[in-house]
Amino acid sequence: MEAAHKLQGLRDLWSLIRGLQITGDALFRRTVTVHYPRREVGNLESFRGPIELVPRPKEPLKPKCIACLLCMQTCPSSCITVVRRKAPKLAAEQTQPAAAAGDEKVKKPAAPKEPERFLYDYSLCSLCGLCAEVCPVQSICFSSDVYLVSQRREEFRMDLLAKLQEQAGAAKGSGEKTV
Amino acid sequence: MLKIIFTEDFIRIILAAVSVMAFVGANGLVLVYMERKLAGHIQRRPGPYEVGWHGLLQPFADAGKLVGKQLFMPDGVDALLYWLAPLVSFLWVLVLFIPIPFSPSLTAYDMDLGLVLILAFAGINLLALCMAGWGSNNKWSLLGAARAVAQSVAYEIPLLLAVLAVAFASGSLNLSTVVQYQGGWPWQWNVITQPLAFVVYFICAVAETNRAPFDLPEAESELTAGFHTEYSGMAFGLFFLAEYAKMIVVCALATALFLGGWKGPLFSGVWWFLAKMYLLLFVMIWIRWTYPRVRFDQLLNINWKWLLPISLANLMATALFVKIF
Repeated sequence: MEAAHKLQGLRDLWSLIRGLQITGDALFRRTVTVHYPRREVGNLESFRGPIELVPRPKEPLKPKCIACLLCMQTCPSSCITVVRRKAPKLAAEQTQPAAAAGDEKVKKPAAPKEPERFLYDYSLCSLCGLCAEVCPVQSICFSSDVYLVSQRREEFRMDLLAKLQEQAGAAKGSGEKTV
Repeated sequence: MLKIIFTEDFIRIILAAVSVMAFVGANGLVLVYMERKLAGHIQRRPGPYEVGWHGLLQPFADAGKLVGKQLFMPDGVDALLYWLAPLVSFLWVLVLFIPIPFSPSLTAYDMDLGLVLILAFAGINLLALCMAGWGSNNKWSLLGAARAVAQSVAYEIPLLLAVLAVAFASGSLNLSTVVQYQGGWPWQWNVITQPLAFVVYFICAVAETNRAPFDLPEAESELTAGFHTEYSGMAFGLFFLAEYAKMIVVCALATALFLGGWKGPLFSGVWWFLAKMYLLLFVMIWIRWTYPRVRFDQLLNINWKWLLPISLANLMATALFVKIF
């Protein structure tokens, strides 16, 4: 038992040499730093920037979001606020004659399944990704905005719908240019 | 009258002091750059890169910043101790370089008790740490100083014993004589006949210079900066320079005692001495960026349970060997 303990001590000494080998090896390998202003970082797919909305494939101005509010309830930092779009109120002329005519039921138009406002406070967000995970229609994803910077808190309270429309406009603009 | 004061020895020592200052200053710049570059590359970063070509001017920028900064004194410090500590920490360095034989002609003052002089004056740095720790009126400083005392007292003993073994074998405390005793080729060096003493010496040297993995007096993660927490500007700069100067001294001493000093296989001279010294400095930096800091009980256990018995046995064996043959 005692001898085994002593042997362990010797093995520990070997680990010291091994440690020097590892750092010595790293010393002569290429550095991995990207010298920022001269070069920029690639592969941003895995980067977690502030969340953004995913547009519908055919309507780039509208998000996939169905306003189920799951993200809002799940978010541990309460940084998402979704306002569901209300059902359009029927104009008086449309409802009055129907009621006057004595129809059994006035058909209320169903509320459209889309958000009216989608607000996001990046200054509270911890980028945990639970909202993206819980979204049933994959309408939330992380952006790859590495260079977001501001001196004012308000800049981080974002209206994601407006942002989406901006992006769609930008994409359209650039698309026209390339075509 | 003038002839009595300005003797050859006196002028020699003044010249030596001035050139030692220049050497220590220049070496401080070189070592800071070397340390940061090596630390960077060991962690696969480039290290300093932006100031000058590959960051070559970075040490000058650092030095300029340190010199330009305000010398700040917090409330409630013992002003005398507080301001004296960095001076005491740095001034003894001058003395330590005097007996070191860089080459036969490049020795400030060749004295018979050179080794004893270095070992005796090396302890003064500890006094400076104590003064800084006590005078700063800061818990971290005080803890750092307390650690420094325990550490230095403990590690000076095996260091002395290891050095003594070499002195026994060479029969001299004069560093030039110790170098003369060794040959030019690596197998004629003391490190071959005294490998244990060399290992013990080097471990103790790392501990004596308060460098990682034995940097408990200034453990950043526990004590912010240990004994020099409250110091800024050049007051901190002097502690910093003293640390690097001490590194140079222990590595120069190791070169003279164990690695054949200025002697090399070809072209003996000061460049061999410097090459070996910088190799040892490189190893010290390499060690710093490899090992994690030891715990305090581990620090003392390594010393009292391993280094001290080993160096003592080594000294006994050397004494016996010298007596018999």
